[in-house]
Amino acid sequence: MDIGWYLTVSALIFAIGAGGVLTRRSPLVVLLCLELMLNAANLALIAFARMHGNAEGQIFAIIVMVVAACEVTIGLGVIVAMRRRRLPIDVDELRELQG
Amino acid sequence: MVEVLFFLAGIGAVTGAIGVVALRNPFFSVLALVCHLVSLAVLFLLLNAEFVAAAQVVVYAGAVMVLYVFVVAYVGGADVPLGPQAGRGLRIVAASFGAMLFIELVVALLGTGLKAVDSGGPTLDGDFGSANQIGELLLTKFLVAFELASFLLLIAAVGAVVLARRRGGLTAEENQARYSAMDLLRPAYTGTMAEAVGRRAIRPNVPALPVGEQEDVPAGVPSEDGNEHGDRER
Repeated sequence: MDIGWYLTVSALIFAIGAGGVLTRRSPLVVLLCLELMLNAANLALIAFARMHGNAEGQIFAIIVMVVAACEVTIGLGVIVAMRRRRLPIDVDELRELQG
Repeated sequence: MVEVLFFLAGIGAVTGAIGVVALRNPFFSVLALVCHLVSLAVLFLLLNAEFVAAAQVVVYAGAVMVLYVFVVAYVGGADVPLGPQAGRGLRIVAASFGAMLFIELVVALLGTGLKAVDSGGPTLDGDFGSANQIGELLLTKFLVAFELASFLLLIAAVGAVVLARRRGGLTAEENQARYSAMDLLRPAYTGTMAEAVGRRAIRPNVPALPVGEQEDVPAGVPSEDGNEHGDRER
């Protein structure tokens, strides 16, 4: 398979994730869509690593996965804290970050 | 064979991505993301990234998604009404933005000067992307990044505990000390909720709420004793 096909799939997933971040209102689903975008970037990184025959791109992908895991933990922690404080779980309602 | 596998995995990945965006119930969105991640791991395998594919399945589709499922179950995404859905205009704008982004990326891909994009990549030795090679790279050339990533994970874990901990103190029944032989070896209250809120925050007079009944306090209003409301539910 040509590398270009992988990059096309990556671009498609990235566009879908970006559209989802804009439309969805539940912060849980927004986080999921962010995961989609990060995974699309991962796919592109690994495709380029294959294209150059150089495994260093895969290290990039692993570091991106670590950062994504951190982002998810913090984001889910924030959502749990919102639930405990009975704040609405809705990104449109949470316009002001005043707690 | 490779082509068939690529198209199957690619269609699975894109379908999973669409499912994440389109499904109403967040729980099903998480399941669609699991499908997407597994398909993506197949694509990684086709690109000779064995270690990353394994890490993707184990870490992402395994651990991170379990965390998501727990939080969706806790927040109860399905029964919380989100009010009127996003307006039709916003949806059209978002869809056109996504389409424009995709077109732009494809234009960048078509107009690229990288000749190798139209090839399958160079022939590789058998070691490419194996745990052997990744481990060697992580511990030699990318050691600093590796250590920084471990620090980042530590900070994120501590941050998540601090963010999601209970702040409202303990009820009397939660405060009952359970004595065990381990108390000789470690400080009392280790591994209990008292560790998160501190032993001074114990509230002896709070009655335990009956199951299914939750007090209805408007959001953002602290109760009289200075504690935050709504923390007594379990």
